Amino acid sequence: MIAIVDYGMGNQHSVLNALRYLGVEAEVTADPEKVCRADRVILPGVGAFGAAMENLNRSGLRAAMNEAVLQRGRPFLGICLGMQLVAARGTEKGLFDGLGWIPGEVRLMAPTDPDIKLPHVGWNDIVIERNLPLFQGLKKERAFYFVHSYALCPQDPAHVAATCEYGGSFVAAVYRDNIFATQFHPEKSQKNGLTILENFAEWEGGSC
Amino acid sequence: MLKQRIIPSLLLKDGRMVKGKNFGNFRDVGDPVTAAKVYNAQKVDELMFLDIRPTAQSREQVREIIQAAACECFMPLTVGGGVRTVEDVRHLLTIGADKVAVNSAAVRTPELIRDAAELFGDQCVVVSVDYRLNQAGQRTVWIDSAMTDTGLDPLEHVKRCVTLGAGEILLTSIDQEGTLEGYDFDYLDEVARAVRVPVIASGGAGRLEDFYRALTTTKVSAVSAASIFHFTDQSPIKARFFLSNSGVNVRV
Repeated sequence: MIAIVDYGMGNQHSVLNALRYLGVEAEVTADPEKVCRADRVILPGVGAFGAAMENLNRSGLRAAMNEAVLQRGRPFLGICLGMQLVAARGTEKGLFDGLGWIPGEVRLMAPTDPDIKLPHVGWNDIVIERNLPLFQGLKKERAFYFVHSYALCPQDPAHVAATCEYGGSFVAAVYRDNIFATQFHPEKSQKNGLTILENFAEWEGGSC
Repeated sequence: MLKQRIIPSLLLKDGRMVKGKNFGNFRDVGDPVTAAKVYNAQKVDELMFLDIRPTAQSREQVREIIQAAACECFMPLTVGGGVRTVEDVRHLLTIGADKVAVNSAAVRTPELIRDAAELFGDQCVVVSVDYRLNQAGQRTVWIDSAMTDTGLDPLEHVKRCVTLGAGEILLTSIDQEGTLEGYDFDYLDEVARAVRVPVIASGGAGRLEDFYRALTTTKVSAVSAASIFHFTDQSPIKARFFLSNSGVNVRV
């Protein structure tokens, strides 16, 4: 069973819809016990970093995810805000501690070109930097749907799984052992996105 | 590089999909869920559902439509029409919308934009602005499905909404809407240049060249359209190939 963590920040049901469509068993849950016992954990989310961490801390979901992912080694997928939250620190509307699973900071994207719009909204091509089973079977055009203004800047380049160009290069996906997270929305990226979700349902952690 | 988007819009009335001209003379153009599935099969970039005559009953119909579409369409869905409160926004996000479009409330209770952006993130707040030219040759913002003239200047209104937290602007020329005669190109460009957030062109696309012109000669980030897909033999697939062959950066 995949636990989709519900912490009051958005689009858990879109992720559930996509997994159901793929025939993958999953449940949206706010229950720390269920998250703790899950085979796999997905942390979706849209919204602000500080509010999200506050919800995760208060609800006991942070402790449950730490146990499932760090101690039990369950495969983890973070999506959008869920990717940013794995960082050590967020800087959106104040300074906040993140889950701290990937050393690094979440910063406002700062495109130098004034023509470049923020938020970064729409389909953009990713460049795969790390050969992971999660990327297998993608279409030649590696376009995914993004919608965000902040991006995770990992300290260690070894944690970068994919990058993307938007007024400069930014990190589109991170990876560390059994942790994988995407700035883009696989659940909103049609065939390519479904491929990643399908791969995640089989992934046991690790690279190719 | 970020791709430019083509976004079919589905206007809803009493649970059916309709299309008119200049916000009137609506004709039934089919079942919205069927249309959404067809657009999904055509791999469009996003879909926009706008309830043009929101009522208590249509709210329920919209819920059913969005829930059905969200089970099969794995792309961003924007939903609007009659959104007045933060609870309305929350409701739409819960039933499967990724973004919520606010129109009349952006004029009457602009703090809704700020509150929704703070709670759900500015990326999910789309402010939809309908405008038309008056007899003095000035553009003013109209609300209530183009029934009420607010007298507001569209550019000033858009800037104010962006300051409050709007993540995207859907800008519709009522005069062009449904005419198939082309977008209000110069004005779209003026507004898109003046704000940092993406502007979506709306109202008037009738030929693939209109998409090309909007995406290459103005600063809009996306084009939305309805009539061209309902009433001509063009489709999003043809549009994508035409634009891609013309050197525009779209998904293929």
